[in-house]
Amino acid sequence: MPEQIGVLQAASAGRQVSAGTRLSRSVGRVTLYATVWVLGLLFAFPLYWAAITSLKAEKELYYFPPRFAPDALLWTNYVEVATKFPFLQWFLNTSTITALNVVGATVTGTIVAYSFARFRYPGRELLFMITLGTMMFPAQITLIPTFILFKLLGWVNTLYPLIIPPFFGGGAFTIFLLRQFIMSIPRDLDEAAVIDGASYPRVLWSVLVPLTKPALATVAIIHFIGAWNDFLGPLIYLNKPKMMTLAVGLRYFQTQPSDGRRFDHYMMAMVVMTALPCIILFFLAQRYFVQGIVMSGIKG
Amino acid sequence: MGGEATSARAFPRALTAAGKLFRMTPSAAREAIWGYVFLIPWLLGLLIFMVGPIVASFYLSFTEYSILGTPKWIGINNFVTAFTKDDLMWPSVGRTFVYAFAIVPLGLFGSLLLAVMLNQQLLGTSLYRTLFFMANLIPIVASAILWTWMLHPKLGPVNWLIGQFGIEGPGWMASPTWALPTVILIGLWSSLGGNRMIIFLAGLQGVPKELYEAAEIDGARQWDKFRNVTLPMISPTMLFNLILGVIGALQVFNIAYVATAGGPSYATWFFALHIYRQAFEYFRMGYGSALAWLFTLILLGLTYIQMRTAGRWVYYAGEQ
Repeated sequence: MPEQIGVLQAASAGRQVSAGTRLSRSVGRVTLYATVWVLGLLFAFPLYWAAITSLKAEKELYYFPPRFAPDALLWTNYVEVATKFPFLQWFLNTSTITALNVVGATVTGTIVAYSFARFRYPGRELLFMITLGTMMFPAQITLIPTFILFKLLGWVNTLYPLIIPPFFGGGAFTIFLLRQFIMSIPRDLDEAAVIDGASYPRVLWSVLVPLTKPALATVAIIHFIGAWNDFLGPLIYLNKPKMMTLAVGLRYFQTQPSDGRRFDHYMMAMVVMTALPCIILFFLAQRYFVQGIVMSGIKG
Repeated sequence: MGGEATSARAFPRALTAAGKLFRMTPSAAREAIWGYVFLIPWLLGLLIFMVGPIVASFYLSFTEYSILGTPKWIGINNFVTAFTKDDLMWPSVGRTFVYAFAIVPLGLFGSLLLAVMLNQQLLGTSLYRTLFFMANLIPIVASAILWTWMLHPKLGPVNWLIGQFGIEGPGWMASPTWALPTVILIGLWSSLGGNRMIIFLAGLQGVPKELYEAAEIDGARQWDKFRNVTLPMISPTMLFNLILGVIGALQVFNIAYVATAGGPSYATWFFALHIYRQAFEYFRMGYGSALAWLFTLILLGLTYIQMRTAGRWVYYAGEQ
């Protein structure tokens, strides 16, 4: 925010600043940096620990005091995990579910949000209130009947129960976020297109979608992380090892009999491989992610 | 947000709505029809995945149903069982509230604090943001497993570090007294820097700069500015995060299921875990639905209270 810094500098230059204030300010600044660094390390340390444990040999797990670096980097741990368990299958299942969640929620969510943001029709406010109201209900209330429904359809141990629901608008939060964003786009832009004779789907696709990209990125990331990390859904619907996702696969792995031997290094290898895609995605997309939330002006 | 109150009024409203549609000009009617068309996915979704299941679970809560066969009507027996015979239920509700009372305020202020720090134009802000946010990206199952290893009483780095100060570290998840605080700790670690922080950050960046400048001209110090400008301006964000935070906290499940399985000696046996066990391990779908309804009523009541009391502390700029 260079503009913001400029404003602050202008504001402080406009006043007499004593040497004492300046000193206390820079002390404050140093404390702030120190705090941020310490907190950053605290947040990151468990991940570091997972990473180094994943490269240790079994005997190193018993070392005490624990060592903060492995004796040698045992990359083979990863190969063993990937081959002993249907890891690739889990990865594929998770990727399929995640990709379709992202597509379903962003596409249908945009269409629904367009309706709420731009069209005048009777009942709109009421329906929007109901939409927001659904956020107040815990997942537990719908869990059992939804399970029974999918069970009756014979879809337990298939990916359908985890793929199909997001295609119905992507949930209240998605609709809310996209609606807020679309409402912040000047109405003249799409009204001009309507007057020029463009159909509504055309207006949505050619005028609004390009301008909604930051919010779409945010929604896509939220659904990516949500679907990739979902546990309760796969736990209920998938219990055959071949059908599992990484999250429940990890749990399945954790509960395997081990003849009293420790296998934390393998578990951590799986933790790392499960977490990595989301971390990489966030690294690449974090700017859009924050921007999307800022620009949609979520205030509650 | 009383769901029933709104739906009771929905029907007459829908009738007048249909009446209005006939009196519209052609272009307005065309717009309205397109509006409804674009709404179809969500209307179907509401019906199939919200309204339908909510009604169904209301019915199921008065039945005995094990998935095999048909639901058997047993009146209010499930609720009688819940209130009088189920020894695990009320303690699990209490425990869930203890968890929420700890994690909601800590989480709210922790996330706000992180957001405030990220909003100070420090060098490398995007790095810190990623560091804070990263824990939230780890699947909660993975976090639970990771922390089980970090907090291993004998082999973990945490107890080793505590030991350096001459203190013997607790058994964490293995200890009935420490298990609940441990679950709170893991919950905080994985959520402080998450979406809530980002939403706060968005709220902070939405505070008009002029307000700070005006405050500075009046000689306000950092703390005054925070107390009298920032806090009131972001109070709507606070309410949003508070309500979603309470709803999320009361549904605590994953960490307890994976890391402690509700133990030791039921120390982390939360309400959502209780419902899950009844429904999906003992296949008591009717009883599970009754519990889910009780849970929902408690939650809706809490949300209602929060919204009613919000007027006292939430400031909406632009309102009178």
